[in-house]
Amino acid sequence: MEIVHVYTKDREEFGRQCLLSDRPAELLLDVLPDQNLASNFIQRSHRDQAVQAGRQVSEHQVNTERFESDSCGINHVEGGWPKDINPLDMEQTIRFRKKAEKDESYLNSIPQLGSVAEHCGRQNNAVDIYQEPFDGWEEVEESPEPPSAKTINIFRDPNEVKRTVTGLSWHPDGGRKLAAAYSCLDFQKASRDMSLDSYIWDVENPNRPELTLKPASPLVCLDYNPKDPHTLVGGSYNGQIVYWDTRRGSQPVELSSVEHSHRDPVYKIIWLQSKTGTDAFSASTDGQVLWWDVRRLSEPTERLVLDPTREGNLDRALGAISLEFEATMPTKFMVGTEQGLVVSCNRKAKTPTEKIVCTYDGHHGPVYALQRNPFFPKNFLTVGDWTARIWSEDIKESSIMCTKYQMSYLTDACWSPVRPSVFFTLKMDGMLDVWDILFKQSDPTLSLKVCDRALYSLRVQDNGRLVACGSQQGETTLLEICSELSTLQKNEKSLLAAMFERETKREKILEARQREIRLKERSRSEQSREEEIGREDGEDDPDQLIARAERDFYNQVEAELKRREMREEEALREKDVCEEKEVKDEEEAGRNEAS
Amino acid sequence: MLTRRIQGQKGVQGIIIVNSEGIPVKTTLDNSSTVQYAGLIHQLVMKARSTVRDIDPQNDLTFLRVRSKKNEIMIAPDKDYFLIVIQNPSD
Repeated sequence: MEIVHVYTKDREEFGRQCLLSDRPAELLLDVLPDQNLASNFIQRSHRDQAVQAGRQVSEHQVNTERFESDSCGINHVEGGWPKDINPLDMEQTIRFRKKAEKDESYLNSIPQLGSVAEHCGRQNNAVDIYQEPFDGWEEVEESPEPPSAKTINIFRDPNEVKRTVTGLSWHPDGGRKLAAAYSCLDFQKASRDMSLDSYIWDVENPNRPELTLKPASPLVCLDYNPKDPHTLVGGSYNGQIVYWDTRRGSQPVELSSVEHSHRDPVYKIIWLQSKTGTDAFSASTDGQVLWWDVRRLSEPTERLVLDPTREGNLDRALGAISLEFEATMPTKFMVGTEQGLVVSCNRKAKTPTEKIVCTYDGHHGPVYALQRNPFFPKNFLTVGDWTARIWSEDIKESSIMCTKYQMSYLTDACWSPVRPSVFFTLKMDGMLDVWDILFKQSDPTLSLKVCDRALYSLRVQDNGRLVACGSQQGETTLLEICSELSTLQKNEKSLLAAMFERETKREKILEARQREIRLKERSRSEQSREEEIGREDGEDDPDQLIARAERDFYNQVEAELKRREMREEEALREKDVCEEKEVKDEEEAGRNEAS
Repeated sequence: MLTRRIQGQKGVQGIIIVNSEGIPVKTTLDNSSTVQYAGLIHQLVMKARSTVRDIDPQNDLTFLRVRSKKNEIMIAPDKDYFLIVIQNPSD
């Protein structure tokens, strides 16, 4: 569009004088913005642009040139002789010396110097000022630092669905590897995509497991063969026993047949001491303890039913949750049951009835851990419900020592292989407690919060310093215990032996006393019963007994109700009395003020 | 006479008297050791003296003891001479 302004002038007015006048501005054209044109354009998007106002610096490396140095000694040669004297000439030097000796200053200063030197020389002879004053004394123990433990590594379950670490076993040769069994023990909570694998971890590398073990069913427990560090045996959730050789890879070498295995998850499996080094035994909550030879896992070599009545009746059998076997006592072993009983058994017994030697009734709940003290095999530690108890084999009635009831359920425990008085316990709130019974019996010496979830399995390495504990979320934490709790102290064994003896004696005395009391009561009740029988005869009719029981019951209930009513009335009466008293007090107070 | 008294003490191995130029004037040890001691100790005494005087100009070195594993060297310095006694400390 063209903007044009036309300016016209008549021809006859050309050349005339210009008469300019002022007039206000005139708007000739106003072009408004046309919105439709805007559609031809796109708004430019915002863009971040970094601007830096910093100094420009650059990196430069400098390496100094090598400077070679050499060390050498100086050999002094006689010198300083005045020019006129030839140092090699003996006569001249001697003459010079003799002259020097006669010098005045020489004669004056040397006696002084001599006396000073003599003084120091005598000092040296008198006292050896540099002798070690505390040489002969015994090394005094520095005040011990508070016990501590440090987390070294955490091995996490690499799978998405986290499973509980239910079993741990250290590599028998040096303990550089740790085998962990993962499974989900919650009843029917195992999801479909839960992995079945268990892992062997190298202690140094927490990022990736060293070897994956692939069983057919998740493993609940496993154990390294102490004689052959390449072989492992594991018990799985479906009751089968699985045997691996790490040299052969992740697949099991052999599986026990389903018909002859346990019918419940295998909770514990331990290798036995035998000539062939291929025997193991396993326990499960179906009530059986089975012995296996790993070369032939199709059938167990022996079977024991944990029936306390010793009849081999599977229905009445107790479910086994933990096993204990000490290599120094190869014929005996102990089983911890779900019912809270610990059964001590003899392997060499001929008949199954004799296999079960005795039972120890200790806990209100399943005995989750059971272990003999490696230094005092007669004493063993059990853990179940909310306490940990120490038992002596001789005392069957009760434990000789017991911790007080803890805040949460104890799930596992084991002795320290280095210090006989130290043991570790795990709790469901994720705490690891280290107990030193020579130091303090009422509380753990060291309590550590390892993780927020429950801890389920615990294993101490043979050197006593490294402890591995497994949690519900599949994390295995490796802790290092401070040196005081992992080195044998002086006299520890004898002190602990004395303590165990003392406690055992105490229990024995208590037992004897209990027995006496019971005898007395029994004899007394027998006497009274005889008298009763003398008075009333023919009271054996069950209906009459029931009627009598009912009558007693109702009488008691009525008596109790009446007592309660009486108590309420009294309470009301007391209240009235109190109110009256208050009113009286107020009146008195009012009167006092007025007067 | 003086040196004999010091030498008579227990454990003394030798005595050397050195003048300000570093010449051993009197000695009870053999020549080579004397020369070595004289040369080295002279330097040490100069250094020690200058150290003491640097710290406090009004101070002066009166005696210097160098104790080593095998023996002790005691040096008594003076304006013109110094007396070196080598002794085995009592033990």
